[in-house]
Amino acid sequence: MKIHEYQGKQLFRKYGVPVPFGIAATSAEEAIAAIPKVQQQGGTDIVVVKAQIHAGGRGKGGGVKVAKTKADAEEAVKKIFGMTLITPQTGPEGKKVQRIFIEQGLAIDHEFYLGMLLDRATGRNTVMASREGGMDIEEVAEKHPEKIIRMTVNPATGWQDYQSRELAKALGMTGKVANELAAFMRPLTRAYEELDMSLLEINPLITTKDGKVLALDAKINFDDNAMFRHPELEELRDPNEEDASEIEAKKWDLSYIALDGNIGCMVNGAGLAMSTMDIINFYGGSPANFLDVGGGATAEKVTAAFKIITSDPGVKAIFVNIFGGIMKCDTIAEGVIKAVKETGLKQPLVVRLEGTNVELGKKMLAESGLNIVAAADMADGAQKVVKAAKEQR
Amino acid sequence: MSVLVGFDTRLVVQGMSGSAGAFHAKQMVEYGTNVVAGVTPGKGGAKVAGLEQVPLYDTVDEAVRLANANTTVIYVPPPFAADAILEAAAAGIETIICITEGIPARDMIKVKYVLDNEYPGVVLVGPNCPGVITPGQCKVGIMPGYIHKPGGVGVVSRSGTLTYEVVGQLTKLGLGQSTAIGIGGDPVKGTDFIDALAWFANDPGTSSIFMIGEIGGDSEERAAQFIKDHIDKPCAAFIGGQTAPPGKRMGHAGAIISGGKGAAKDKIAALQAANIAVAATPAEMGATLAKVLASAPARA
Repeated sequence: MKIHEYQGKQLFRKYGVPVPFGIAATSAEEAIAAIPKVQQQGGTDIVVVKAQIHAGGRGKGGGVKVAKTKADAEEAVKKIFGMTLITPQTGPEGKKVQRIFIEQGLAIDHEFYLGMLLDRATGRNTVMASREGGMDIEEVAEKHPEKIIRMTVNPATGWQDYQSRELAKALGMTGKVANELAAFMRPLTRAYEELDMSLLEINPLITTKDGKVLALDAKINFDDNAMFRHPELEELRDPNEEDASEIEAKKWDLSYIALDGNIGCMVNGAGLAMSTMDIINFYGGSPANFLDVGGGATAEKVTAAFKIITSDPGVKAIFVNIFGGIMKCDTIAEGVIKAVKETGLKQPLVVRLEGTNVELGKKMLAESGLNIVAAADMADGAQKVVKAAKEQR
Repeated sequence: MSVLVGFDTRLVVQGMSGSAGAFHAKQMVEYGTNVVAGVTPGKGGAKVAGLEQVPLYDTVDEAVRLANANTTVIYVPPPFAADAILEAAAAGIETIICITEGIPARDMIKVKYVLDNEYPGVVLVGPNCPGVITPGQCKVGIMPGYIHKPGGVGVVSRSGTLTYEVVGQLTKLGLGQSTAIGIGGDPVKGTDFIDALAWFANDPGTSSIFMIGEIGGDSEERAAQFIKDHIDKPCAAFIGGQTAPPGKRMGHAGAIISGGKGAAKDKIAALQAANIAVAATPAEMGATLAKVLASAPARA
């Protein structure tokens, strides 16, 4: 799960991680009303107007403006609120800005990059940092890997102060600032651990002219598998940032991702679901979604999954590809038949069944009277569904 | 011959009284697996319907002491799964196969740390995996047994259903399997490709290897290098997720292309650079290995 920058900073503040003063708003009027408050609290007329969307690269896309006066800030709010922001991470369709964050301006001495994530090779969390902050860190990593410092968090002890001191040295921080970094890292690493974050990026982390260390940005992803421990974080979810079908799928504990194509897919198992997309592409088709119904699905869940697929107006044909292990083929057949009876079937449906209770599943589909194209195997099914989708156009 | 599980396996099922645990315990017994005990905390002494012959205990320690269990399979829900793994290790179980999907990464980081440091002899397979099967001898997990056939192909895979897919294809081509290992789709896991490949390399019953990877991480790249350096048995591979969009988690917690890393094309390139045949589509996995076996009995 992803959250907005301002929400991340609220969590930081709760843990004692230094952040600038700021106010979030969900309308342009609210944002304009917040400007004088931020100016007063921040002790400077300079404020930063920041679009809140779940994607990086906002500055380059015109979603972040530094304003020197109240009038400039108001103008920036009017320009940014409601705009469709296109960044390398939003895709070409962009994202509409529906929340805005007004933040205190600061006298920056230097901008750093700080990230924290799981290193899969060691099975431990890793802190990554660089003096080259504020820029595209992926570019730095590619062109100047030596400029990125990596330090591992020991699972038994957690992050230690000595590591902050070493990090400060490596980043070229001296004197009092080095101690400030330790005071910054202590609550930050604790928040990462306690809140089950899966990714944390602060770009930039800044030092100010008066020797403070603050997080000027906060990009946080949480481990979806750990959300049962944090019911309070569910409130931070912004439905505007998520696909409606993906939200519905989540309710049913289905793994669903909307894509651009026209072939709806229902598959069991993530690997097979991904490969089904691959083979559809291989035969010249284009999948409308990734959908893993999972192992222990009930007929009701299969019905819900099928309805999510058919509710996508872009779907011209449907491919059900099942190799049952835990998932029984008769359960799939029951769910599909029920869904079609409830909502009808406008598109051609190709079904490939294999695995546990396959004969029973095939028999149920054959006797259902539904117009189903049976596939002998995965390649056969992919070719048939690609052909069917083309004929529908 | 086989690796990890076989005729010597004495299995305890953790979470046997749950619906998934009970269903699969029955399937394993039917396949011929020697299921010697079940464990569900608080239900010791109870009987599980259809599994009356299998004693149910409160702790894994009892299953080891009273029923001589040497291998465990775990079906307990995600919030309790890390605890279940550590309990098994503490009880002296040396082969732990964890099926549970959805364990928080924070829990697995700690489990891995403890296993690596306190129990270096313990093998963990999974979590979030289909399990391990040695066809004709022993099935530990959730895979459909009937698609398998005893033989010489060692299978190692990050994906459950793709494992069934390749096994089904191999069996249809008359190529049996020595052992099929599902290592699972989580970012922090026990057995990785390299471990499984090393076991297959040393197993006289394994004459060739099929490996199934997917997007995310760099395990496949490291496995390709390992095969190049250490394995002279014929190998073929497939990588799932060639058309997956970046930044989206494709079901498995570990299956995500992030920060420009973990894309299928890089993995395929690494495998091909190591002279490993890569199937173009998931429908051609079995045929790809068959072709390798027909053309080159041993890799140079």
